[in-house]
Amino acid sequence: MSDPIIQMKNIEKHFGSVIALAGVSVDVFAGECHCLLGDNGAGKSTFIKTMSGVHKPTAGEIIFEGQPMDFADPRDAIAAGIATVHQHLAMIPLMSVSRNFFMGNEPTKKVAGFNFFDHEHANTVTMQEMRAMGINLRGPDQAVGTLSGGERQTVAIARAVHFGAKVLILDEPTSALGVRQTANVLATIDRVRKQGIAVVFITHNVRHAMAVGDRFTVLNRGQTLGTAARGEITPEELQDMMAGGQEMATLEGSLGGTV
Amino acid sequence: MSDASPADERVKDISRFRKALIRPELGGMVGTVAVFTFFLLFAFDSGMFNAQGIMNWSVVSAQFVIIAVGACLLMIAGEFDLSVGSMIGFAGMMIAIFGVTLEWPMWSAIMITFVICITFGALNGYIVVRTGLPSFIVTLATLFILRGFTIFIPQTLERKTIIGGIRDVAEGDWLAPVFGGKILGGLFTWMGDAGIIGVFERGTREGQPVVDGIPMLIVWAFALIIFGHILLTRTRFGNWIFASGGDADAARNSGVPVNKVKILMFMFTACCATIFATCQVMEFGSAGADRGLLKEFEAIIAVVIGGALLTGGYGSVIGAALGALIFGVVQQGLFFAGVESSLFRVFLGVILLFAVILNTYIRRIITGER
Repeated sequence: MSDPIIQMKNIEKHFGSVIALAGVSVDVFAGECHCLLGDNGAGKSTFIKTMSGVHKPTAGEIIFEGQPMDFADPRDAIAAGIATVHQHLAMIPLMSVSRNFFMGNEPTKKVAGFNFFDHEHANTVTMQEMRAMGINLRGPDQAVGTLSGGERQTVAIARAVHFGAKVLILDEPTSALGVRQTANVLATIDRVRKQGIAVVFITHNVRHAMAVGDRFTVLNRGQTLGTAARGEITPEELQDMMAGGQEMATLEGSLGGTV
Repeated sequence: MSDASPADERVKDISRFRKALIRPELGGMVGTVAVFTFFLLFAFDSGMFNAQGIMNWSVVSAQFVIIAVGACLLMIAGEFDLSVGSMIGFAGMMIAIFGVTLEWPMWSAIMITFVICITFGALNGYIVVRTGLPSFIVTLATLFILRGFTIFIPQTLERKTIIGGIRDVAEGDWLAPVFGGKILGGLFTWMGDAGIIGVFERGTREGQPVVDGIPMLIVWAFALIIFGHILLTRTRFGNWIFASGGDADAARNSGVPVNKVKILMFMFTACCATIFATCQVMEFGSAGADRGLLKEFEAIIAVVIGGALLTGGYGSVIGAALGALIFGVVQQGLFFAGVESSLFRVFLGVILLFAVILNTYIRRIITGER
């Protein structure tokens, strides 16, 4: 395998006296889906915020495409090709799909020396991209509010890919979705990965991770418990690692293996 | 991968009626037609639709339009400005203080007033985005601060709250006619001579047309509508205005400079208030400390009648302009029709309530909420 597109080495992040991350190392390759698992409070969010430029690490190194990187803010990370799709806060319901798709990256054309929003281009591209993702729109001016949660995630992913993301960070994209919608989003992740984009998929649902993941890294209490490739680990083992082993095993026993 | 997957059977085709309902201007259009029909039927003979009458309600409507365009863009960007009315009084007073009391040339008095007022607008915006406080509270404070200064300054300097003599000072100035002048005078003289519009039959102005030109106020109103509409719908900045008001966090995540957009919109609103004030003092020839009272609410009402959502992210400049037109026509029309003027307030309250309910319903259709 070639070099990883992004390497996070011994990342530490302290908030005052709280140590949120105590040396986390993850590397992600182009065209793989790297699942980041962990229970609430494991440090998943802090870790991806470090990766996407929201937080500066207290210690540790980020190497992106072979170069050490130092992101001042999220815009730096976006410019470099690291896009984050947040569970909420990605789309504006009152605005049309096309306006949302190009939000912050509006295409313009010059008319009489002034720059105008090129609606024609925006609408054509939006319809193409949506069809490629399997979403049927009534028209590019349909409001995002009429789309389902899964479709909104898909639009957000399509947008990130269209604008040249090399690393796509998905922050719990499936946690609020139904079965069918989850399947759609997972299919989208698979499609994006095949285009050669590195996907970092954050979830605490082992089954969703197993469905698309190539490698799995488990975080617990701000530390990496280990990384395993697909086929090297069973869902049960992953679940145990996330929950911290023994304790969960007893609990699971009492629930009859339903968790 | 199929490029034309079959249409989802659960996505119902929406009817033309519902589609039309989603356009923010619809309420304003229906209202405009209704209002004109009503007054054509009941006040046609009152002189409301002769040249003077039309000019009368056009000027009043244009005044509402000027402040409504600013309030509209600001509301779509997700904020309010309650200091518009005080800003109008303050701006007028500044022009009088600089031009009459301090005897600066009129053009420089107008320019310095624009600079001061737009700075206050920027300050409003800066405080709102910096503190994250609701703009309602921040601009309520500005409302009182500016009104206080508008009374305090002339009282201290001139021992009165109305400063006149602006017309004499503005005589021969190059900038003043841009706000106080009239255009197309020749056309109206010709129309008067040709008998299309009425002429004065006696007095010093005998033979002159009853309407001698289009006031610059109306020209400003149209210019602002065109500017605001194109900015909002046809530029990338317009997309940022919608995004900032729709969901500031989502917009920020996508790289929209939300704070900059909001501050600029506060500045634009202040600019509109100053244009209004300048036209007004040029017309009246005086500045009064009580000018512009309640204008902030009238602007907001016009914008809401025009279909904008109070919560931001949705609305239209054309709609706001139609809302302002309805406002002006009804206010003057009731006068022409000989209806007790206090009923205007009743009408205003009813139509505001009706518009807000309609807008909420429309938002449910757009966002698919149930």
